[in-house]
Amino acid sequence: MQVTLKILRFDPAKDQRPRWQTYQVEAEPWDRVLDLLHKVKWDQDGTLAFRRSCGHGICGSDAMLINGRNRLACKTLVKDLGSVITVEPIRGLPVEKDLIVDMEPFFAAYRAVKPFLINEEPPPQRERLQSPEERERFDQGTKCILCASCTTSCPVFWVNGTYLGPAAIVQAHRFIFDSRDRGKRERFKALGSGSGVWRCRTAYNCTEACPREIPVTQLIEEVKREILFDRF
Amino acid sequence: MAHRHEVIVVGAGGAGLATALYAAREGADVAVVSKLYPTRSHTGAAQGGIGAALGNVEEDHWEWHMFDTVKGGDYLTDQDAAEVFAKEVIEAVIELEHMGLPFDRLPNGKIAQRRFGGHTKDWGKAPVHRAAHAADRTGHMILQTLYQQCVKHNITFYNEFHVTDVILEDGVAKGLVALELATGELHLFQAKAIVIASGGFGRIYKVTSNAYTLTGDLQAILYRKGLPLEDMEFYQFHPTGLYPLGILLTEGARGEGGILRNALGERFMERYAPTIKDLAPRDMVSRAMYLEVREGRGVGPKKDHVLLDLTHLPPEVIEKKLPDITEFSRIYLGVDPLKEPVPVMPTAHYAMGGIPTTLWGQVIQDEKNTVVPGLYAAGEAACVSLHGANRLGTNSLGDLVVFGRRAGIHAARFAKDADYHELTEEHLGPSRERIERIKNSTGKEKVAVLRAELQQSMMDHASVFRTGELLQKQVEILKELMDRYQRISIDDKGDAYNTELVEALELGYLLEVSEALVHSALNRTESRGAHAREDYPERDDHNWLKHTLAYKVADGKVAFRYKPVVLGRFEPKARTY
Repeated sequence: MQVTLKILRFDPAKDQRPRWQTYQVEAEPWDRVLDLLHKVKWDQDGTLAFRRSCGHGICGSDAMLINGRNRLACKTLVKDLGSVITVEPIRGLPVEKDLIVDMEPFFAAYRAVKPFLINEEPPPQRERLQSPEERERFDQGTKCILCASCTTSCPVFWVNGTYLGPAAIVQAHRFIFDSRDRGKRERFKALGSGSGVWRCRTAYNCTEACPREIPVTQLIEEVKREILFDRF
Repeated sequence: MAHRHEVIVVGAGGAGLATALYAAREGADVAVVSKLYPTRSHTGAAQGGIGAALGNVEEDHWEWHMFDTVKGGDYLTDQDAAEVFAKEVIEAVIELEHMGLPFDRLPNGKIAQRRFGGHTKDWGKAPVHRAAHAADRTGHMILQTLYQQCVKHNITFYNEFHVTDVILEDGVAKGLVALELATGELHLFQAKAIVIASGGFGRIYKVTSNAYTLTGDLQAILYRKGLPLEDMEFYQFHPTGLYPLGILLTEGARGEGGILRNALGERFMERYAPTIKDLAPRDMVSRAMYLEVREGRGVGPKKDHVLLDLTHLPPEVIEKKLPDITEFSRIYLGVDPLKEPVPVMPTAHYAMGGIPTTLWGQVIQDEKNTVVPGLYAAGEAACVSLHGANRLGTNSLGDLVVFGRRAGIHAARFAKDADYHELTEEHLGPSRERIERIKNSTGKEKVAVLRAELQQSMMDHASVFRTGELLQKQVEILKELMDRYQRISIDDKGDAYNTELVEALELGYLLEVSEALVHSALNRTESRGAHAREDYPERDDHNWLKHTLAYKVADGKVAFRYKPVVLGRFEPKARTY
C-alpha cells in the first residue's frame, strides 16, 4: 500500500521554526512506523534525523507523536494507522533536530527522585528475602523503559517544565513500594515539593500513552496517598 | 573540547556500567562514553535470566555450571575463565539483588530460578533450574539496576558521544576521540585506562535480534590498528527469533516447557538431543531447525520456518513469566501464543569472539598474552574466552557482571599508579579526515544499499551452515564492498545529529568485523560449536583445539596466529546431549 508520511521537521542550522515535509512510501500493513522512517532515510532523504535502537519496544529511544498520540515508532504498525500518518517529536522538551528532542530535563527529573535502592543496613550473606506478594507490589513500575511517552503527553508538564512528570514518579513508586527500600522520606522531599506529585491533575494521558501498559496515573495516586498518610 | 578521567569506559550496556561502577567503588574518577543514552543499550533486550548455581530450587554446584559452560562451548572455552565465572557469578547475582534488582521470588522469599538451554545437573543428566530471572525482562532489570547505581555514585556520562578513535601509541592506550552527536564536534578524551564495553555486531546479518546500533565499532577500530580479534568465526544464532523479523523470543520459553515443532507437528529435538531435547544448546537447536527446513518439514507457504508451541502451558505461566514475548508475538505477528504456536527461525544473536583479554579484562595483543597497558575490554565486545565455540543461554548476563567487575577493579588499580599521556589537537586529525571525506564525497555509492548487500550476503554465505566455497565467495564480496565503501556519499552535510554520518561510519565497522569473521571461518577447517563447516563436519581436536587470533594486514588480507586453549578439570569429549 501507498502511505503518505507527514513529518514535522526542524534543522537548527536552517529553519526558524519546524516545518512539515511529506513523503510517499510503499508500505506493508505489518510494517512498523520505524520501518517507514527508515525507508525515507535510506531511500529518499538521508537528512531525516530520529533516534532508534532495539526496534522492538524495549530500549525506549523512539517515542514520537504519531497521529496525535505518543507512541513508540517501533511498536506501532501501519495497519493500525491507515494510509496517512503524521509524525512529530514528543512535546514539552526542546527539539534538537527533526524528531530528536533534548532528553536532559527528563533525566534530571529522573535523578531528582533518587532512582536507586536506599538501604544502609548491612546486607545478609545471601539475598534479602522478599515474598512473591511483596515483589508483586511494585512490579508495574519495573517495566518502565524511560521513553518519556508519559511525561511528554502530560498537559501539566507542557505548561510547567519543572514538574517532575509521570515517569520520574513511576520510578519513585518502584522504590517506595519495594519492601527492601528505606529511602521513602528522602524521596518525598522532591515528590512532595511544588514541582512534585501534587501538580498531577489526573488527566490520564500518561496511562494512555504508556507503551508498556503501566497504569501510570494509578501509581501516581498511590504515591500521593503514601505521602499523605506518612504525615499521620 | 578535551576531557580527562582516570578510567574511561566505552559503552553503557551491562558490561560498561558494571565496569564503571566497580572502578568508581575502587576510588577512580570514572566516565562513561556511549553513543546511546545508557538505558537504551541492548543489555536491556536480554530476557530469560542470569545463570548462577544458587541452588534455590534444587541442588546445584558451581562445578556443574562450569562443566556445562565448557561443554556448551565445545571445549574451546578457557577453563580458568569458566571456573572464575561459575564461582563469581553466584556473588554477582547476590550483589545485584543487594543493589535492588527485582528478581522474581520463590514462596520462601529466595530468588526464583528457571531451566535454560545446556544448563544441567549432575554433569548433563537433566536440565537444572539455574537461571535467576525477573519475568522475561531480566536484562532490562540488570541494565536499569546498574544505571541506578551509577546515578547513585555520580558517575560522569557522555551520552550520545560516538567514539571514532582509540589513541594507541608506543604500545600503550592514551585516550579516545569521540564525535558529539548533538553538535558534530570532535572531543579528545585523555585517560589512564580505557575499557571497551561497546557490545556486539549482529547487524552484519540480515536477520538479527540485535539493535540497529550494534555494529562492532570498537572491535573494528582496534582491528584496523593492528590488534587481533579472537575466535571471530564463532557467531551464535539464537534458535527462536520471531519469524521473519528476528526479534528474540527467550529460551526461557522452552525453559518453562515450550516445545519446537515442525510441519508434521513433531517434536523434532527428540531426534537431535534425546536427553535434554528442546533445552539443548543454541548451536545444536539452530542447526536442527535449519535441517528440518532443508528436509522439507518447514512450516508456512514457503516451508521456511518452524513453530514454538506454548499452547499446552497454563495461561498464567505465559502471562506472568513470559509477558514481553507474548506481547511481541501478538503485536508483530498477530499470533496469540496462548492459542496458537509462534513462527520462529534462528536469528543472529551473539559474538563469542571479540577483543582478546586476560581474566582481568586486560587486552592482549598476541598468543603469548602480551598485555596492551591501559587497555581493557569486557562483555560481548571482549573474548575472555568464557563462551568458547558456543555460549550458553544466560551466560552473557553473567559474563558482563563478572568480567565487567574484574575489568573495572583492575583498570582502577592500574590507573592509580599510572600517569596521563600528553595528547594534542593533532590526535583529532585522523577522525576529522575520515568524517570530512565522507561528508565531502561525491561518490555514487549509498550506505543503505551497501549495508543491505552485506547483510544478505553474510546471511547466505556465513551463517549457521558454512562451506569453504561459500566463504571464499564471501571473501570476494567483502573485498568488493570495501572497495565500493570508499565511494559512499551522504545527503546530510550538517553538524547537529548527523545520524546519516553515523550510519556511514558504522557501515565501515560492519565491513571490518565481517572480514575478520569470514576469513577466520574459512581458515578453520573443522566444525565446532557454532562454526559448522559442511565440508569439515567433525570436530578436530588434534589440529584445532586452539583459539584463532585474526590480524588485519590490508583490506581482504588477514593473518592468523593461534593461542592454546586453557584446559584443566574437563578433558575434551564428544558433545552429545
